[in-house]
Amino acid sequence: MQKYLLRRILYGLLTLFGVSVIIFMVMRILPGDPLVAMFGMEGFMKLSAADRARIMEDLGLSDPLLVQYVGWMKAIASGSLGKSFFRGESVGEIIMHRGPLSAQIGMMSVVISWMVGLPVGIISAFRPNSISDHVARSVSILFLAIPGFWLAMLIVLALLFWFNYKAPLLVVHVWQDPWMNFQLVIGPAIVLGLGQGAYIARMSRSCLLEVIREDYVRTARAKGVIEWLVVIRHALPNALLPVITLSGILMGFVLGGSVAIEQAFGVPGLGRTLVTAVIERDIIVVQNLVFLYGVIFILINVMVDLSYAWLDPRIRYH
Amino acid sequence: MKQQGNLQSIVSSAESVTKVRRWRAATGTLSTLVRHNPTAMGGGIVGLLIVFLALTAPLIAPYDPLKADFRRMAKSPDTHNYFGTDQIGRDTMSRVIYGARSSLVVSFGAVLLGTTVGSLWGLASGYLGGKFDITSQRIMEILQAFPDLILAMAISMAIGTGMRAVIVAIAVTRIPFGGRVIRSVALTVKELAYVEAGRSVGASQLRIMGLHILPQCLAPYLVLATTHLGVAIIIEAALGFLGVGIPPPTPTWGNMLADSLTSLVPHWWLVFFPGLAITVTVLAFNLLGDGIRDTLDPRLRGSIGSRG
Repeated sequence: MQKYLLRRILYGLLTLFGVSVIIFMVMRILPGDPLVAMFGMEGFMKLSAADRARIMEDLGLSDPLLVQYVGWMKAIASGSLGKSFFRGESVGEIIMHRGPLSAQIGMMSVVISWMVGLPVGIISAFRPNSISDHVARSVSILFLAIPGFWLAMLIVLALLFWFNYKAPLLVVHVWQDPWMNFQLVIGPAIVLGLGQGAYIARMSRSCLLEVIREDYVRTARAKGVIEWLVVIRHALPNALLPVITLSGILMGFVLGGSVAIEQAFGVPGLGRTLVTAVIERDIIVVQNLVFLYGVIFILINVMVDLSYAWLDPRIRYH
Repeated sequence: MKQQGNLQSIVSSAESVTKVRRWRAATGTLSTLVRHNPTAMGGGIVGLLIVFLALTAPLIAPYDPLKADFRRMAKSPDTHNYFGTDQIGRDTMSRVIYGARSSLVVSFGAVLLGTTVGSLWGLASGYLGGKFDITSQRIMEILQAFPDLILAMAISMAIGTGMRAVIVAIAVTRIPFGGRVIRSVALTVKELAYVEAGRSVGASQLRIMGLHILPQCLAPYLVLATTHLGVAIIIEAALGFLGVGIPPPTPTWGNMLADSLTSLVPHWWLVFFPGLAITVTVLAFNLLGDGIRDTLDPRLRGSIGSRG
């Protein structure tokens, strides 16, 4: 077990290093002069040569690539992560200010996805090919096709139209005003949760159906256990493992999807910061935020793998 | 002379018999698809219809999608403009129809490019093995460590805007999927006897990969490509919606949704119709992809799920 743990963490670190190198390279192959990208051609022409050199120096973009990379790693270690070019804050401060909102949305959405997806999957598998199964499957297929940000826009529109309601647009943390904060995060969490829930329902249905064919389930039925107890107590624990893995993989869906959904709801979280930074071509901010998303994704997948090994003893011995 | 004619007629009749057989086999597969999977068929028909709409957009669209009409700005749907008009009086229906063009070109292009590169890479890495395989797997892992949309955003920021950049950006996110699946196929196939036979008579590695292993990868390749079309369409729309996709005024569904946010209170028809177009298209391709997967390779069920 320890060996497995160590190897998995080592691979995680290796991937992390690769991720940082790739982001760094991608951000350095920006076409043309980064200053033109930042200020536009007109703004660039207005700058004097000395200004240009100073700004490049400020950004640390005039150093050799290796020095820049090491500098970035140092900035990460110090926690400041470098400075946004357009705002006074350091990237670290931006993340501390806006990160909690996005983290809340992400975690709530995972909870919602399990609360919705698992019961739907169980109902489907309980009576395959019944009417409720067909309805559940059709709805989940539909939710796999609806883009989350569109659903978000429709919800915003409907609330505005029928209730004249608009969610607050400020950054409000849960420790400042829980009710206001709840209004801010619940919409994105539901939309993201339903999107994942569709995958979870589909996966848990097919896994349950596979497990239900096993001998021990037949034994349980034969000794007279009532049907719903067979499903919940006997079949479910074994069927859940792949669903847990899927939930980890879906974190990519959460992290990526939240960017567009935050934009649609107008929630000032990290996703919106990333979009703004990409449009403004604020290299340092983009570089760090993309890295952060990569770190979170890798971390969660390592955790899922470890929990998998913990839940299923067969894996530890490989 | 007569004999020769006879021979010819025999040969041609034999040919026609095999043709008929092939035709029957093909229609047989098709009819099983229809009988066992009417939803997949429905998806295929709707998908074809959307492709047809995109191809014949100039003939079908009632108005020029770029022409502003300042006498009819932000009109709700009526008999002149079935889907209404936007803030500067462009016809929403025409823009939705033209939007199918960019959406389909980007998604087909990206999936074809990404899956092909990934598959060839996976084939080589699975067959050759060794250090090349290990390095390739690490690189694919790194590519998969980014959420799709975020990787696509970063790449399209780096290589510039425009349709080609968007295609490349989405294609890169598709590479690891093709790589993983085809690698596992290559790993199985390379152990088979006929591949060993090829190796024993001295066939080059390139020849074995191209002539012996590649054909076995075709079915999973097709399945991969169709199941990823829907995801590609959603990523393209999201990029457009976030303002980092194909730049306006080109009508794309994502751009139209982004445009709808420019007014203080968005008009419902500007939000509803482009989004509906995305949903219907993605749904059609997903259903078709699931059907093709179940027909061609039932083993792949669940293993190549697409994720957003």
